Amino acid sequence: MKRLFIATLVLFGLAVGMTYAASVYPEIPKATGEPHPEGNEYWRINHMDLLRHDRDLTVRDGIRDTDASLAGCVTCHAVNGSDGQPVTFKSEDYFCRVCHDYVAVRIDCFQCHNSIPPKMDKASLMYKGKTETFEVLLAYIEGLSK
Amino acid sequence: MERIIYRELKSTPKVWGLLAVLAVFIAAAGAVVLYVEHYGHIVTGMDNQIVWGLPHVFAIFLIVAASGALNVASIGSVFGKVAYKPMARLSALLAIALLVGGLAVLVLDLGRPDRLIVTMTNFNFTSIFTWNILLYTGFMVIVAVYLFTQMARGLPSYAVKTAGLAAFIWRLILTTGTGSIFGWLVARQAYDAAIMAPLFIVMSFATGMAIFLLVVMGITRMTGRAFGPELRTRLARLLAIFIAALLYFTTVQHLTNLYAAEHWGIEAFILRDGGIYTFLFWGVQVLMGGFVPMAILFHPRLGKQAAMVVLSSFLVIAGGFAQLYVIVIGGQAYPLDIFPGYEISSSFADGVINSYTPSILELILGLGGVALALAITMIGMKFLRILPNSLSDANVTPKI
Amino acid sequence: MNIPDLKLKGAEIHRRDVLKGGAALATITLAPGVTLMAMGNGVAAAANPGVRWGLLIDAGKCPSDCSACVTACSDEHGWENNGLPTDPQWIRKVTLRDKETGYENTLPVMCQHCENPPCVDVCPTGASFKREDGIVLVDRHTCIGCRYCMMACPFKARSFLAESITDQKPYSPRGKGTVEGCNMCVHKLDRGDGTTACVEACKATGYNAMIFGDMNDPESDISKALASYPSIELRADLGLNLGVRYQNI
Repeated sequence: MKRLFIATLVLFGLAVGMTYAASVYPEIPKATGEPHPEGNEYWRINHMDLLRHDRDLTVRDGIRDTDASLAGCVTCHAVNGSDGQPVTFKSEDYFCRVCHDYVAVRIDCFQCHNSIPPKMDKASLMYKGKTETFEVLLAYIEGLSK
Repeated sequence: MERIIYRELKSTPKVWGLLAVLAVFIAAAGAVVLYVEHYGHIVTGMDNQIVWGLPHVFAIFLIVAASGALNVASIGSVFGKVAYKPMARLSALLAIALLVGGLAVLVLDLGRPDRLIVTMTNFNFTSIFTWNILLYTGFMVIVAVYLFTQMARGLPSYAVKTAGLAAFIWRLILTTGTGSIFGWLVARQAYDAAIMAPLFIVMSFATGMAIFLLVVMGITRMTGRAFGPELRTRLARLLAIFIAALLYFTTVQHLTNLYAAEHWGIEAFILRDGGIYTFLFWGVQVLMGGFVPMAILFHPRLGKQAAMVVLSSFLVIAGGFAQLYVIVIGGQAYPLDIFPGYEISSSFADGVINSYTPSILELILGLGGVALALAITMIGMKFLRILPNSLSDANVTPKI
Repeated sequence: MNIPDLKLKGAEIHRRDVLKGGAALATITLAPGVTLMAMGNGVAAAANPGVRWGLLIDAGKCPSDCSACVTACSDEHGWENNGLPTDPQWIRKVTLRDKETGYENTLPVMCQHCENPPCVDVCPTGASFKREDGIVLVDRHTCIGCRYCMMACPFKARSFLAESITDQKPYSPRGKGTVEGCNMCVHKLDRGDGTTACVEACKATGYNAMIFGDMNDPESDISKALASYPSIELRADLGLNLGVRYQNI
């Protein structure tokens, strides 16, 4: 009887705990554009290694057509604020911050990098490379309409 | 001859009071670091013309003095002067403490102090800074081992001597590295001179000895332990010789520059037209920090008075600080000679003497480094057997 | 929950390194679900060790009242000079006056992209570095803001960013606490523009005081001009072999 009571108590505690955990688990904002072919889990686990590797390729060797570019990340993962414009890293709703605030890991990417999608002027269209331009534009429009 | 007994400091209100005061300075410096990190260097007096400011003067002063604070220990262990051995532990502790204080200021003034770890993961071995990172950390380890060999029981006597010799050689290399930060800068008229390394070594002898004298006189007075006048006078005489050597190296530095027409501009600036820098050079560095303390300490009567030794030590410290201020800031105030033979002007302060007014923030940060060094010394003496019960002249071996 | 890969796959890193080889690649499947897309211009435009990008500035064609190159650089990279000593200046117009004769002329000065750059020598973390194609840059990912490069530069080409900024250009990231300077518009070169913002602006004014190109290619405009007319490098006594040359000073 005593055991049953304890077991019930433990189960109850677990249930409460899980409900609570579910409510504080961060709600990851939906992205626009093509999903990652490697899957979201892969990116959740490896994004910093991929970014770090590609940042060195870009800065040191001038290779710009890397798979992981921060400008690409912030474009697809832009979160719009109440004014319909993408929010910056200052906002708690910013894509990266949702998880990083949750796990208390500070990132300093956006002290130097712009945290909102590149404006679609002539320079940035060329910057993205001709093949991707249309997709980026579509993603951007999609982001606006969200 | 008395037996030397090393004892921790007693818990007196004076000891804790001093530590409390130092803690206030350290806390203030900590607040400054957070403030500057948040707002950026825009709140300091430093800019794109004077890129290294007062914090760097403090930092380099402490780092140079750290190497010099080891003088007394080296004389005891390496050169076998028995009279100095009872002070060797304090000498080693003070060396580590001053280095930590100086490094703290240097590191906390970085544009990105949060990235300090990068200096440990990305090395560029053509940079003297990289070598200094290794030299500074190595110095702390070697001097700590040296201190351990002095304090541990049952170690053979050659252990102390070997560790002492290693520390002595290491500190010469270390200060060579510090001087070479400037000596190897080809771009600026004020630097780019091989004499920077030996100049910094001699500067370390003088300033380190002055700080050591002040600390040992202060702490023996505060704790009521004896510090024999004969011992004090010996150290003071040594300080006077170091001052003379520093004046000699300074003379050679400027004479060499004066010989080459290429350097007349910078020499005229420092020696004649530089305003604050000229005043600091002649008034504080050469006269107040050089000739006056040297005259006092060599004087047969004045050199034996405790108050005069204290005064002279303070003057040497002021002189060394002024010398570094002239080198670091004065050297940057004088414009780069990008187009020799032309007068140049631009929106980026080309061709003009740059002005610099240090902000109070930089002063607080620098003083925080000094306070940190003193606090580490105090805490070390409080909890370790560093300071002998007595440094009376009974232990000074008679002159042979 | 199914976690596919805890560690970064070797192939993942590798397929990126392949790009360094410089070969044009078609779509290749390296592993199930991992597809490599064709990378045309990106490969060709990457820092090429056979190239030495350089600038030739004709001071004789540079009028004292023109600062189009400075404005263009400021617009391109997003830095602002409001006249404060803490404001960054990647490029500036310098006025020269001969001490003896009083003759005056003006010219732009920026990072000279040395072959033996003192800023690279002194940088403790290697953040200040030279690309294979001769461009000297700051890798702000590893810059700790010690400013030793600014002490070491003979041309005052570097600035320290002393306050927070926002709204950076996506292709020219800049941030507080790090050092910055002319990067020869690497983003433009990497995408194959073959010129820089300042040179484009100088051309647009019609003065044509600046020529940009590959100094290793004997057929380039800059090589031909350098071979045909006298030119100098600043502080030639330092033996740094600069990527920026001047004429008619």
